[in-house]
Amino acid sequence: MQFTVNGKIHDIDVEPDMPLLWVLRDALNLTGTKYGCGVGSCGACTVLIDGVAMRSCSVTADSVVGASVTTIESPTAPSALLHKVQQAWIAHQVPQCGYCQSGQIMAAVSLLSQNQPPTDADIDTAMSNICRCGTYGRIRAAIHSLSKA
Amino acid sequence: MVNITRRKLIVSTGLIGGGVLIGYALAPFSTIERARKLATGDGGALLVTWVKITPDNIVTIIVPHSEMGQGVHTAMPMMLAEELDANWDLVRMEQAPADMAFANGALAKGFLSSGASFPKFLTGVTDFGARKIAEFMNLQITGGSTAVRYTGVFGLRHAGAAARWMLIQAAAKQWNVPASEITTKLSQLQHAASGLSASYGAMAPHAANFDPPANLPLKSPKDYTISGTPKQRFDIPSKVNGTAIYGVDVRLPGMMFAAITACPVFGGALKNFDATAVAKMRGVKSVHGVGGNAVAVIADNTWRAQQALRALPVAWDEGAGAAHNSASILAGMQAALDKADFDTDYDFGDTEAATGKAARVVEASYQVPYLAHATMEPMNCTAHFSSGKLEVWGGFQDGLGARARAAKVAGIPIEDVKLHHTAMGGGFGRRYTVDYLDQAVLLAKQVAYPVNLIWSREEDMRQDKYRNASIAKLRAGLDANGRPVSWQFDYTEKNGPPDASWIPYDIADRRARFVNGNDPIPFGPWRSVDNCHHAYFIESFVDELAFAAGSDPFKYRRDMLSGAPHHKAVLEAVAELSGWGAPLALGRARGISLKDSFGTIVAQVAEVSITPDGKTRVHNVWCAADPGEVINPDTFAAQMEGGIIYGLTAALYGEISIDRGRVVEQNFPDYEMVRQADAPAIMVKLVPSGRPTGGAGEPGTPPIAAAVANAVFSLTGKRIRSLPLRKHDLHVSVEQAKAKEIGSDSI
Repeated sequence: MQFTVNGKIHDIDVEPDMPLLWVLRDALNLTGTKYGCGVGSCGACTVLIDGVAMRSCSVTADSVVGASVTTIESPTAPSALLHKVQQAWIAHQVPQCGYCQSGQIMAAVSLLSQNQPPTDADIDTAMSNICRCGTYGRIRAAIHSLSKA
Repeated sequence: MVNITRRKLIVSTGLIGGGVLIGYALAPFSTIERARKLATGDGGALLVTWVKITPDNIVTIIVPHSEMGQGVHTAMPMMLAEELDANWDLVRMEQAPADMAFANGALAKGFLSSGASFPKFLTGVTDFGARKIAEFMNLQITGGSTAVRYTGVFGLRHAGAAARWMLIQAAAKQWNVPASEITTKLSQLQHAASGLSASYGAMAPHAANFDPPANLPLKSPKDYTISGTPKQRFDIPSKVNGTAIYGVDVRLPGMMFAAITACPVFGGALKNFDATAVAKMRGVKSVHGVGGNAVAVIADNTWRAQQALRALPVAWDEGAGAAHNSASILAGMQAALDKADFDTDYDFGDTEAATGKAARVVEASYQVPYLAHATMEPMNCTAHFSSGKLEVWGGFQDGLGARARAAKVAGIPIEDVKLHHTAMGGGFGRRYTVDYLDQAVLLAKQVAYPVNLIWSREEDMRQDKYRNASIAKLRAGLDANGRPVSWQFDYTEKNGPPDASWIPYDIADRRARFVNGNDPIPFGPWRSVDNCHHAYFIESFVDELAFAAGSDPFKYRRDMLSGAPHHKAVLEAVAELSGWGAPLALGRARGISLKDSFGTIVAQVAEVSITPDGKTRVHNVWCAADPGEVINPDTFAAQMEGGIIYGLTAALYGEISIDRGRVVEQNFPDYEMVRQADAPAIMVKLVPSGRPTGGAGEPGTPPIAAAVANAVFSLTGKRIRSLPLRKHDLHVSVEQAKAKEIGSDSI
């Protein structure tokens, strides 16, 4: 199957029903996308599929053939928004353990690419990922800081 | 080239690439003295802290603690750099390998040039003795909020001062000027009169020849330029671009992936499994029994291993543990409490007599359930066993302990184990217990290649070392004015720390007792350990006393803190910060709570409402904290924020329940977490008093449950004597909501 990840085309032989998460992590060694729950609940595995945030643990390999997948490792995310979000995350010293932050950042990129500036309610809806370290306040502040820019 | 210049210092100039390496030994607590004797049997010292200064003027500080998001990899270097007068922009951090402190071959290889000999007293102590010492000294144990408090205060600062002193002596000799005329600033040495100056890096090779005196004076906090200022954490850039390597991200040539399931019933055993049923599944390499109670599938990727494990027919011998359920465990705890065969935490005065004489007696019973740690990164470990030697990779809160454990499980000498620390996707106490490492080692011994063993989320939730369930009975006598004259606190399961049941209030006749051994479910340290539920018990009950006395909960507490001025200051700070007593929006109420733990005093105010479906919504939390001295204020505030969310998840939602000896909850959908939409706004104010430095990682968690429960009482009149809150029906009537409009004392 052919996958387009971060602008590069990969031709790999995997089961059609293998979740995209494991294609990324174990077949392509893109380990920035994390496994957290495997059931689409926690959001640690969030990536962009055609620019929209999706839980990659709940997306099968065959369903993304022909789509464009963007992960945290992407050097050129849509409109360089990923880079801006990453810089805001550093400025607000968001991560603690950091494990969920790839997913949080991808969810924020998706939100900001569709909705500028987002309201608090928009953030509540779009940012449903779990952060066990409790960085929610800083995530919210970082997103708002980008809206103002 | 290594020379022991003093008992407390080890200096080497034999670095690859030049420079100087200074190791500083933690000295003189009585327990450490005992530990030292245990290890050395002579006048030697133990190493805890290292600093490396290289010709490029980079100061590298080697931290013997693990980073799990609490910021120690930054706060600890700040403490050393401060005393060294280092230029913070030129400071780097490395985590000490697990075998560094009691150095052996790996130290020589990694940090010293070849041919370096090592002091005899530091070899041969890496087995049981070292483990005990590590426990004594908190040497590599990250937890108990000890890193900054012990290693930082007693080790890093002195190492920085010693290194600075050595550099000054070297400059004095090189320049032939009095040492007292040399000043240091931003990693530069300067002699004003002659105009001579040099970088630390340039002077470092000469510094090793000087022998610093013991007890060099440390800076006064008023002269700090690094400590106490917000510094960006070293570990954050790699955590926003996916390059930080966690245990699950370890990739090695030829590596395979393993999925595992242990008997879901605690204490049960593996009876049999049918490997042929999955042998032909794509990618499956082999199936193995592990440790008598688990079975693992090895495959060429994680998903295939997980799929095969699900398809694998397995039979368990569930054993006697299958008889347990939540209700029977609770009944057992209640019976133990009723039997009253107590051990005593503290017992001052005569609480029975004081209660007997009281004008009024208030009594209440409380209970809390088991809680999972639910770190975002499930337990995992990578191991490779080859030619009698073992390498392990993973996140461990106690690196030395993990290494010793790996050696024991593998049945090889500890010198043959190499342990690699990875980033940790959350610790919260879970990664002290290294059952996952045991499994990875046992698995690695059965195959020829490296194995990355990753627990599923379900396995992680079923096989935790839980926060223990506990029940408590509290009783207090009040005088005619409603002030408490006695305090009696009995509870089940003491897990530490020793002072968790202590109260700061002015009650002379006070007693706390406990019964242990009534909990059949494996439990372990969970962020703040006993403090989290003791704060809930104590501070809810104090709120009951305030209500019984007809007093404002803040004023009631404040007026019985005359013997604890620091606690009083923190309580007053949170009242001021939150505007305690001001009118609130319709349908809102506030609760207050106070708990010190790990040397830090924290008070919190929570503002809540009840949703139309009867659930608790926490809108705002104000938090005042006195950590004594703050190293990195932004990190400290972040730890308070995170500690509050962690405790709030437990208070609102957290419950692990037991049925037929196994855990019922399996994954986040049935073990819910506070998420962005439920997260309160949190305002943190630091009120450092200059007391000895307190912890940061844990003390934010304990007060929140009582603050929220007390707010719920204020709003609804329903006293919450068990957690989580979601199990209580809290529909609030319009009348109650309106009554709240006129003030917080009215119900």
